[in-house]
Amino acid sequence: MAKMNMIAALNSALDLQLQRDPNVVIFGEDVGYFGGVFRVTAGLQEAHGAHRVFDSPLAEGGIAAVAFGMGINGLRPVMEIQFADYIFPAYDQIVNEMAKLRHRSGGEFWTPVTIRTPAGGGIRGGHHHSQSPEAQFTHTPGLKVVYCSNPYNAKGLLTSAIECNDPVVFFEPKRCYRGPFYGDPHKVPTWNSHPDGEVPEDYYSIPLEQARIVKEGGACTVIAWGTMVHVAEEAIRQSNVDAELIDLQTLLPWDRDTVVESVRKTGRCVIVHEAPKTSGFGAEMSASIQERCFWHLEAPIERVTGWDTPFPHTTEWDYLPSPGRIAEAIARTQEA
Amino acid sequence: MPERLTVSEAPYTIGIPPFRPGEKADFGGGFAEQPGDLNRPEVTCTAQDTATHAVGLIRVLDDEHVASGEWDPKLDEETLLKGLEHMMRLRIFDDRMIKMQRTGLLSFYMRSYGEEAIAIAQTMALEEQDWLFPSYRQPGAQFVRGRDMVSMICHCIGNTEDNVRGRQMPVHYTWKEGRFISISSPVGTQFPQAVGVAMASAYRGLDEVCISWLGDGTSAQGDFHYAVNFASTFKPPVILNVVNNQWAISTHANLATGGRTFAERGLAYDIPSFRVDGNDFLALYAVTKWARDRASAGLGPTFIEVYTYRAGAHSSSDDPSAYRPQDEFECWPGGDPIDRLKGHLIGRGLWDEDKHTELTERIDAEVMAAYKEACTFGDLANGPYPPASTIFTEVYEEVPWHVQEQREELGK
Ligand SMILES: Cc1ncc(C[n+]2csc(CCOP(=O)(O)OP(=O)(O)O)c2C)c(N)n1
Ligand SMILES: [Mg+2]
Repeated sequence: MAKMNMIAALNSALDLQLQRDPNVVIFGEDVGYFGGVFRVTAGLQEAHGAHRVFDSPLAEGGIAAVAFGMGINGLRPVMEIQFADYIFPAYDQIVNEMAKLRHRSGGEFWTPVTIRTPAGGGIRGGHHHSQSPEAQFTHTPGLKVVYCSNPYNAKGLLTSAIECNDPVVFFEPKRCYRGPFYGDPHKVPTWNSHPDGEVPEDYYSIPLEQARIVKEGGACTVIAWGTMVHVAEEAIRQSNVDAELIDLQTLLPWDRDTVVESVRKTGRCVIVHEAPKTSGFGAEMSASIQERCFWHLEAPIERVTGWDTPFPHTTEWDYLPSPGRIAEAIARTQEA
Repeated sequence: MPERLTVSEAPYTIGIPPFRPGEKADFGGGFAEQPGDLNRPEVTCTAQDTATHAVGLIRVLDDEHVASGEWDPKLDEETLLKGLEHMMRLRIFDDRMIKMQRTGLLSFYMRSYGEEAIAIAQTMALEEQDWLFPSYRQPGAQFVRGRDMVSMICHCIGNTEDNVRGRQMPVHYTWKEGRFISISSPVGTQFPQAVGVAMASAYRGLDEVCISWLGDGTSAQGDFHYAVNFASTFKPPVILNVVNNQWAISTHANLATGGRTFAERGLAYDIPSFRVDGNDFLALYAVTKWARDRASAGLGPTFIEVYTYRAGAHSSSDDPSAYRPQDEFECWPGGDPIDRLKGHLIGRGLWDEDKHTELTERIDAEVMAAYKEACTFGDLANGPYPPASTIFTEVYEEVPWHVQEQREELGK
């Protein structure tokens, strides 16, 4: 085992896939010589050559389209969108093209593209470096959507995403690249002392479509992904409620069985995400949970989310779900 | 034009920068192109009449800072001194902001270092009613139009007086009074939007030209091509500039295009297209004035490649020593736009070192005073910030029930 932050863990997953599969190629804006603005691809061009790890012109739509084409012709492209906020010029290629190719061609063609992209707030990025647009993709049949939360699952999930023969949108919570985030911007812990900062140097994978129970508990089920996993963990600590914390990991298709089993056990549920509430992925989960757990529910399902507004710059701590807001929601589920 | 460098790293051809860290940046002496090389066509000309202008380089100031050729705009002393002063103001302002960023008083910053002439000369060549649709690299236009510096700093430090109410990252200015349209982070979006602004001017019969800028890197975006094609199709009064500062973060312009100049792309769309020395205040002014005259006469768009060099880091988050020689700017023959105009003014006996020092000190004091005043309204490190209620306002014209409910839930 080695100590790795999320950047090193993602880099390790990419490095191993480049070694294992000659058809893996990596490209995007600034990912080649420089190694990416967040350094996730650092050293890979030098190690594997500029034909396998390269800088692309600054055009997300072009990057996605080219990845699509490479994918139907035998390659396994891993493309980077520098910030999830900049995925929208590629939206048509992802939603109308990659997601529907297998279906529209009667199964003749498919494209195994992995789209890596840093997402989420907490870095003073204002509304164009902070968004968490997972729901814009979970609403698209044909895609898989993954959201890692720590170095260990980042490496394992990215490995599976690259091996997956369907297009995968892979969100990386950039606030957690160098350490977990517990909701207090003044505390900047590193992954060094965190158990999930222990990452095998060798190859391993974590299956997609499986949630992870971070902490078991009987009084309430709290579900989160990305940065919010850690914020929710802190909220549970503050709430003194014996809550179970689930890190969803894959959002589409999501691990409904694990969630349903937990909610049937606890009878209470809080869903946390940083994206806006309306039509957020929490809405889908909440609906599915009540369909399957209605007779087990002791309290209304709570959602703690970002507001239905653009993501702010100076006031971002009033926007992101805080441990306090989550703890209040947990407490409300206990009143019923 | 410099030759495009590539490597044939089998199986592709890959554009590469001329030099990497550790290498000696050697551009082989000065520009081959000289003032007077290129004629100044009538504004009624065809795109084809600018074919040589799109591959050459329009210059007015030579390496000794002497102005010559048909493109010399023959500006009066007052205009030249104003231009110099605004460029100096922008550089000193940028330096102060970067210092503030380092001390945590603002979150992020982007300088215009080495590119000061562009927005300043070009805006000075326009009329007050013209629309500016900039990228983050043209804040200097605001000085030309007289924006209060305190208000600019208040935006950058996201305090209670920020007219963007702390919603956007620093440098994402908006200033309606100066017809300086709100800057957006997603690069290139402004380019086709500017065409729309110009089409509206034409529709409304107004003599209001719209100018827009984007970078060499950004010229790869679909939005670039939408803009040029719509401009070509409808011929509205728009001036489209590709600011080729040779770098897009770590990526060299040799990766943004497979050869030929950026200006030649305009020709392909049948738009008069010019390649201009972006560190030559006079050449920039002259070409922009030409484009404005043409637009104003109802003759449609002009396409300009502004050839310059990004002398500083991409932003406060970037360290260019990782991907280019640290002294590349000093070795590049285009020089420093402030030194070049200053040298020209001194050569004509209109300026001297003492005056320059005096002006530097005056602007320094002006920036310091503005900075201190701005900080009385709060800064990013210490607050006070705009109230959290600003998260919920101006999302829509009127706050809808669900947003109102969330505002009450936050309780601030
Ligand atoms: C759509 C989009 N993709 C990526 C980015 C991240 N980004 C910001 S600036 C930049 C480079 C721009 O280079 P260039 O167009 O040459 O302009 P310059 O910074 O040199 O002025 C990149 C990749 C962005 N802001 N928007
Ligand atoms: Mg550039």
